[in-house]
Amino acid sequence: MTLTPILDAKLAEDGPAISGLKPGMDPISDAAAGQWTLIWRKFLKQKVALFCGGVILALYLIGAFAEFLAPGLPDTSRAQYTYAPPQSIGFFTPDGQFQLHVKGYKVEIDRAALRRTFVVDDSVIVPVGLFVEGSAYKFWGVFDTNRHLIGPLDPTQTMYLLGADRLGRDLLSRLIYGTRISMSIGLIGVCMSLFLGVVLGSISGYFGGWVDTVIQRIIEVVSAMPTIPLWLGLAAAIPLTWSPLNVYFVITIIVSLLGWTGLAREVRGRFFSLRNEDFVTAAKLDGSSERRVIFRHILPSLTSHILAVVTLAVPSMIIAETSLSFLGVGLKAPVVSWGVLLQDAQNIRSISTAPWLLIWPSLAVVIAVLSFNFFGDGLRDAADPYET
Amino acid sequence: MEKPVLSVENLSLDFHLRTHILHAVRDVSFDLHRGRTLALVGESGSGKSVTARSLMRIVDKPGVMVGGRIILRTQGREVDLAQLASNSPEVRAVRGARIGLIFQEPMSSLSPVHTIGSQIDEVIRLHSGMDKRAARARTVELLGQVEIPNPAEMADRYTFEFSGGMRQRAMIAMALAVNPDILIADEPTTALDVTTQAEILDLIKRLQTERGMAVLLITHDMGVVAEVADDVAVMRFGRIVETGTVDAIFHAPQHAYTQRLLASTLKLEQPADARAEAVITPQPLLTVKGLTKVYGGAKGFLGTKKFALKAVDDVSLVLHAGENLGVVGESGSGKTTLGRLILRIVEPTTGQVLYRQKDGTEIDVTALSKSDLRKFHADVRLIFQDPFASLNPRMTIRQIIGDPLVVEGKLKGKEIEEKVAELLRLVGLSPDVMERYPHAFSGGQRQRIGIARALALDPRIIIADEATSALDVSIRSQILDLLLEIQSRLDLSFIFISHDISVVRYFCDRVAVMHRGKLVEIGPAETICTSPSEDYTRALISAVPNPDPRNKRMLHRTRFSALSTST
Repeated sequence: MTLTPILDAKLAEDGPAISGLKPGMDPISDAAAGQWTLIWRKFLKQKVALFCGGVILALYLIGAFAEFLAPGLPDTSRAQYTYAPPQSIGFFTPDGQFQLHVKGYKVEIDRAALRRTFVVDDSVIVPVGLFVEGSAYKFWGVFDTNRHLIGPLDPTQTMYLLGADRLGRDLLSRLIYGTRISMSIGLIGVCMSLFLGVVLGSISGYFGGWVDTVIQRIIEVVSAMPTIPLWLGLAAAIPLTWSPLNVYFVITIIVSLLGWTGLAREVRGRFFSLRNEDFVTAAKLDGSSERRVIFRHILPSLTSHILAVVTLAVPSMIIAETSLSFLGVGLKAPVVSWGVLLQDAQNIRSISTAPWLLIWPSLAVVIAVLSFNFFGDGLRDAADPYET
Repeated sequence: MEKPVLSVENLSLDFHLRTHILHAVRDVSFDLHRGRTLALVGESGSGKSVTARSLMRIVDKPGVMVGGRIILRTQGREVDLAQLASNSPEVRAVRGARIGLIFQEPMSSLSPVHTIGSQIDEVIRLHSGMDKRAARARTVELLGQVEIPNPAEMADRYTFEFSGGMRQRAMIAMALAVNPDILIADEPTTALDVTTQAEILDLIKRLQTERGMAVLLITHDMGVVAEVADDVAVMRFGRIVETGTVDAIFHAPQHAYTQRLLASTLKLEQPADARAEAVITPQPLLTVKGLTKVYGGAKGFLGTKKFALKAVDDVSLVLHAGENLGVVGESGSGKTTLGRLILRIVEPTTGQVLYRQKDGTEIDVTALSKSDLRKFHADVRLIFQDPFASLNPRMTIRQIIGDPLVVEGKLKGKEIEEKVAELLRLVGLSPDVMERYPHAFSGGQRQRIGIARALALDPRIIIADEATSALDVSIRSQILDLLLEIQSRLDLSFIFISHDISVVRYFCDRVAVMHRGKLVEIGPAETICTSPSEDYTRALISAVPNPDPRNKRMLHRTRFSALSTST
């Protein structure tokens, strides 16, 4: 082979061959970007997770502004509207005028089955408006007001956008109030799991040895227990005389008591791998105390992972609450949650007469759970911005 | 000359990454001839491995071939591999059959759940359609050819029962199973010890001569190139900057980069000029007496004695002030454990480490309490091997270097910042980088940051554990020179742990050679490297490749008899 040095001026260009994805983009601009900036940038690439994050935010906003968003109160019952079907919003009245409205009902008796059925009555028009005055409530327990986002202009008239239940209560209002309870029970339950999981997981992972063995055996015993019977047993032990608020807190505790194990294992595993990382050894050689090593060097590397695991744990809390309430041992009326709403859909007869009682609450559960899962998956992928 | 068996013409490959497009291979052309070895040399990130992989069309996403031709001339036909789909039957027929590939990491390139024999059988049966019995016979024959003892028996063993060198032999047997025309060896010996490396390179060379294969050797080690290559192509930033015969490249390099690469390799072949003659003080700074670490060996659950491994076995040595002591040995020799025992990151089983403090009193490190140990750790610091794992990616450079100062608590706020700036200047970095995170730095820069952290507490001894092993050769000599320069300015002693004899020779005054936990020999660096008195040291030194194709050292090496019995 002959000696062929390549000394072409064009080819002799120096430096690694990097060009931006789009012209004018600076490929290296994150030199001073911390981990959260990098995580955020990586997360932004994940469109599904981003969308689901939006859905979750919307659900929490609905929960926060439940009183205002709901057309009515969750407990206003009207016996004459038992199982009234959903109404749809119309924009123009028959005489061509623009006016939000719903059509009224006409009750027909089915002679053969001796059953009342509702038929839409085109002649009756219930005008509907935005920001209307309706039933009075105390917003966040602070201000007295009676404004609702949407509702019939005449407060004595009715509007059932998602139908009515056995007592003629508005399903939409109940669903919105239920969002508040169901979404918050997931969050509060997870906070408790988080506390237990992080504390026990860190201890187990950092110290290792017999401490680790004991904690791991406890975790195994706890996670070996069949959850539903245990929940049933614990929930059945709640005194009937307790106020709904107390029951709510006890239920969150019960649900989170079994939910922390996965988190503790995750934290322990991370601790194990980080404990032997060179930078942790370096921190020890720098003279850092054990506490400083844990809080200053190990935990900051974990927070993003913990956040992802927590997000993935919320849906299991929501499901747990829903199943308990559905089985009738969780939250009870007058508290409204998605599980409580689903109780009404327990028998085939009510599902056949009023399928909306099953469809809407379960749809809410499915949307919330899926959103949390996709959001958590996205977070988990973005949690370690330093891998290539 | 007959037509080359494989010609690569203007090959280009792009990687579409998250933030940018990387042109990993740009306009690369070379030829492979039967019976000749082409070495593709370059530092990390030069695109040499990707080039090799593209010949077999196994470049993973997001790599895309954007241009060029790969023409394979075998069995009287010409095929342009670049035109075929990467999963087409034609390409699959070429993989393994016409082109064999040996990977760098023998640990992960063999399946752990199949026997070695069955993995090679599979290759043979896929490409030649032999029946099971014939394939096994061929496998045994191949294993014999790669000098695996008792090949018939070893074929039924699993991967974990093979040592690193044996695995690489098995990998070679697999690559050669179907008599390929071309063998691609992608850093085949980088993960191996020098003595094993010499044997594997010998083997490849012998098989090549027997079979008349073309070999494409990918390596970063100029010494290996000089020992085995016929032709050399030097790669940098995805381009081939220079090609030529091995003699021309080593003795008349044309391109500035080749010259620089050779200069930094050759520089490490002799002691550093900058090294000051150490004044040996009568009282040693650090004395290690009979240090031993035994793993396992405790009474088992039923009172049975478990297998015990002596990682460090009765090692005694001294370190004087201002001296650089090298510790060399192959993997598993206990050199890293020795460093960690001295620092008590690992608790010694028996033995003493005596350290003379600044005030002249001597303390026994093995008996120190936790708080006294912290004081000791301020005087004796560690530089880590891996510049990526040793810096917390979530902290800025100011926080990383300043952390020991914050913990020490003598300096406050602004003073710490000034000290960090001073340290950064000392290791040749600009203080402006303080607010950056480690991910913004290259390996060499990160190692400088690690050194700055080690220097933060004004130490007296620095234990450098393979501090330059993860770095490219040009960066390696820079870092070594930096350490020597710092030593001349500050009053420092080094314990330099390395598997790389040339680095130790460059850097150290005295060298200790370790083998299986025992200290084999200790003496002045030049003596150890030129005329060692122990057999093991002689075998070790003679296995180190010499970066001069006119004077191949490896081919005349002495073999340490204990080695062959142990594998």
